[in-house]
Formats: sequence, structure tokens, C-alpha cells
Amino acid sequence: MYKRSLLKRLGLTGRGIVAAVPFIWLIMFFAVPFIIVLKISFSDIDLAIPPYKPLIEWAGHNLIAIKVNFNNYVFLFTDHLYLNAFINSIKVAFISTVLCLLIGYPMAYGIARSKPATRNLLLLLVVLPFWTSLLLRVYAWIGLLKANGVINNFLQWMGLIHEPLPMLYTQFAMYIGIVYSYLPFMILPLYSNLEKMDWQLLEAAQDLGCKPWQAFYKVTLPLSRNGILAGSMLVFIPAVGEFVIPALLGGPNALMIGRILWDEFFSNRAWPVASAVAILLLIVLVPFMMWYQSVQARESAGDRR
Amino acid sequence: MYLPILSMVVFSFNASRLVTVWDSANSPTLKWYYSLLGNDEILDAALISLKVAVINATGASILGTLAGFSLSRFGKFRGRVALNAMTTAPLVMPEVITGLSLLMTFVAMQQLIGWPVGRGLTTITIAHITFSMAFVTVVIQSRLSTFDMSLEEAAMDLGAHPFKVFFVITLPIIFPAILSGWLLAFTMSWDDLVISSFASGPGSSTLPMVVFSKVRLGVSPEINVLATLTITVVTLIMITVAWWMARSARIERERLRS
Repeated sequence: MYKRSLLKRLGLTGRGIVAAVPFIWLIMFFAVPFIIVLKISFSDIDLAIPPYKPLIEWAGHNLIAIKVNFNNYVFLFTDHLYLNAFINSIKVAFISTVLCLLIGYPMAYGIARSKPATRNLLLLLVVLPFWTSLLLRVYAWIGLLKANGVINNFLQWMGLIHEPLPMLYTQFAMYIGIVYSYLPFMILPLYSNLEKMDWQLLEAAQDLGCKPWQAFYKVTLPLSRNGILAGSMLVFIPAVGEFVIPALLGGPNALMIGRILWDEFFSNRAWPVASAVAILLLIVLVPFMMWYQSVQARESAGDRR
Repeated sequence: MYLPILSMVVFSFNASRLVTVWDSANSPTLKWYYSLLGNDEILDAALISLKVAVINATGASILGTLAGFSLSRFGKFRGRVALNAMTTAPLVMPEVITGLSLLMTFVAMQQLIGWPVGRGLTTITIAHITFSMAFVTVVIQSRLSTFDMSLEEAAMDLGAHPFKVFFVITLPIIFPAILSGWLLAFTMSWDDLVISSFASGPGSSTLPMVVFSKVRLGVSPEINVLATLTITVVTLIMITVAWWMARSARIERERLRS
């Protein structure tokens, strides 16, 4: 009896251990890393392994020198390249999100309103590309969009154009890539929200004299708000930091912050600058992530009713 | 939406090295399939990816189940908000950020306590588990939210210890969810490029890393073959899963009727 209450006071209950295991793992490998990145973003670059100088060192005579180097951040704010990349990334992510919404909403709606039998098949069709490698699917677009690629060859064969259209390595190609890849992320939350909807509300609205479009606008749309927000966040936030698609489909003038971070890290070995980029990106995205969390909480609170 | 996939499959049989220009004289051909099978670089990378993906899926399933269970059952506990945040953040966060931060951590850990030494399979696996876990947690949480608690309560009324209840009653019932979480984590790990690139070291390249370095230079017929094979395997698995699920649903319905 005594032993059990002692263990309980130490939090070593069965439940405590169950929750603690993933908790500790995540603290070690998810939370602490951010602190380390923050620390490195304030360091000097160094020609050594690892390529940064320590923040705290002994300066002799019982002195500790703590060097907090703001240069990395100053550099990022004053060099137009980075500012443009940030703005471009946000713009591209935003437009892609809107496009995903415009394409994905009708699809999710169609699936939600279909018969349960066809519904599973449609969901499977939507999810299947998601399970095949993103890398390979983006690669497929290279084959479709390049100068002697499928689309150009087809259009030339049809006689519609005489010279290949430059489609690859453009912003346009990047948009296609991002929308194509992130569409399932928009459709699934939208579908899961629309599926729970009470369709009788629409009938009631129409009985009260609403035309179908009005009913959609006044009833369906507001009720699917959580789904729209969740899907949008699920597309927007990762798209801002997207690397693979801009690297393979975008050209040299398709500045995305994900690519910048990668190049700073791998090509320039400028770890402190890359870290500073990561921190700034994080600061920009955290409000959106918190918004996403609150939308999810509201959605599941609604479920438990 | 399937056009790109279809085009990759078709052109994997194209004899021409220019991939998208159909060489009618020599195609369709299987020669790229043979060349892929002899390509050691790709095969080694595939083996590494497989090892990492399996260990990752298993680890992530265990941790994700623990986390999902805690979050949906334990009500409010100390650190709940933190656990919730840490399990949903990887879902949305850009991979470059998680990759960079994990690499920095591994380097710092190496300086501080001497482990991990260099970067390789271990670090890649740890990195993958960290972000796959988030997906498994979500799957488990949503499964547990529709769970019928009365079964557990009945077992406990009959005198069973909570741990026993979990293993004998809860686990078998949520097993399909754990399995789909495992598959999800496996796929996430198998396809991952960005985080693997940050977390890997010399000599430990995963399949996506090898593919990426090849496709940066343009299209390659061997990659088309790889794509076709991957798609075939995935499609077969999905069809099997769908058929199996439909079958068990049908059996369930008949059982309830009788």
C-alpha cells in the first residue's frame, strides 16, 4: 500500500508511463532540436566540423564569453534574395491553396454525396496516388512538361503548336506540381467534414424557398468551414516550405524558401544562416499551425456532441 | 489525376533513351527492367530504405499507439497540451525544418555525449520515427473516438487489471487501425526525401535520395521502370486491403443478421 502511493506521487503510475514514453521521445527529438536550431542561428560560421562556433566559451581569467551573433538575421533581412524568397513562397503557397480548394471542394462534395458503395471506391482512387511516392509523381510531371515531353509532342502532333511550349522549369510547372501533390490533403479533411453533414438541412432550406445555389452558399458552405480551414492549413503550411517540387519543376527564378534553406545548408555549408532561415520560417508558420490546432479541436468537440 | 502515373508506366517500356520520344522500331521492350535489376546503387538504396521503413513503422506504431491512447483516454493530464502539440505539429510542418533541426541535434549530441557517431541508418530511423509517429497518433485517436468503451468497462467490472484489459480486449479491436498506421508510417518513411537527406551520412543513401539525384538531371528510363514497379506493388496492396475490408464488413453484417 505504502509503495503504491509513493510511486503515484512520483507520477510513476501505469498511465503516467504510457503517456511519458512518447512524450520523452518527442521532447528529445522534436522540441529540443528547435532550441538547438535557435542556438545555432546565433552562432558564427566556422571552417570546421561542425561548421559553427560554440556560443559559450572560456575566455581565460575565469571569464565566460557568450557570443550571440545577430549577423545571420541582419543578413537575411537586408539581402533581398531571402526576403523575395519568403514572399514568393507565401504567395505560391497561398495561390496553390486556393486552387486546391477550387478543385478539391467539388470532388470532396461529389464523394460525400455519392452512394456508400461508390464512395469507398472513389476514396480509394483519391488516396491511391498519395500512397505512391511523391517524388516519382513529381518526376512524372517532368516527363509530361518538358520540351520534347508528352504534352508538347501531343500538341505538335495535333498541329496546334509548331514549337514546343516552355512549360518545365517555370512557376507554372511548380503550381501544377504543388496542386497535384497536395490535392489529397485538401480533399480528405473536406470530405470528412462534409460526410458528417445533415443533408436534411439543405432540403429544409429549399423547402423554405432557397434556390440550390443559395442553399449551398448559406447552408453547406458555412457548415463546412472547419473542413475548408483544416484542408487549407494542411496544404498551405507545408507548401510554404516545400523543397522537392520547386527543385525539380521550378526554374532558377522560382524562389522558394525551402530551396534556399537546402542550398544554404548543403551547397554553402552555412549552417548558422540556414538555421536562421528555419527559425524565421517557423515564426511565420506557427500562428497558422496554432490556428489549425484550434480548428481541429473545434471539429472534434463537435463530433463528441 | 492519373495521367502522370499512366505516362510513366507506358514509357517504361520505351526503348529510346530519350524516355518521352517513343521509339517505334524497338519498343515495347523490357530492356530497362533488366538494367534496373542490375543497378547496384539503386538496389542497395532500396534495401536501406526497406530496413529503415520497417523499423520506423514498427517503432512509430508503438509510440503512436501509446500517444494516441493517452490523448484520447486520459482526459486532462500534466503535459497533455504539449503532447498534443508535439504530435500534430510534424503533420503540417515543412520537412526542411524538421530535417534541419534533427540533424543539428544529432551533431550536438555527438559533441556532448559521443552518440550517435556519425550519421547513418540509426539517425535516419530516429528521424523517421519522430515524424511518422504523428500520423499513427492521429489514426489511433480517431479509431479510439468511435470505440465502444462498454466492453472495457465490462472486463474491468469482472476484475481484470487495466493493463490486461488493454492487451486482451482493446488491442485486438483496434488492431486494424494499428495496422493501417503501420502501413502509413512505412509509406511515409519509404518515400521520404528531405528528412532522409538531412539525417543520413556517407554510404547510407535511401532510395528516394538516389532517385532524386538521378532525376535532377532530367528523365531517366530506369526511373520510369522503378515507378511502374512501385505503382504496381502499391496498387496490388491497396486492392488486397480494400477487398479484405469489404469481405470482413460483409462477414460482420451477416453475423449480426443471424
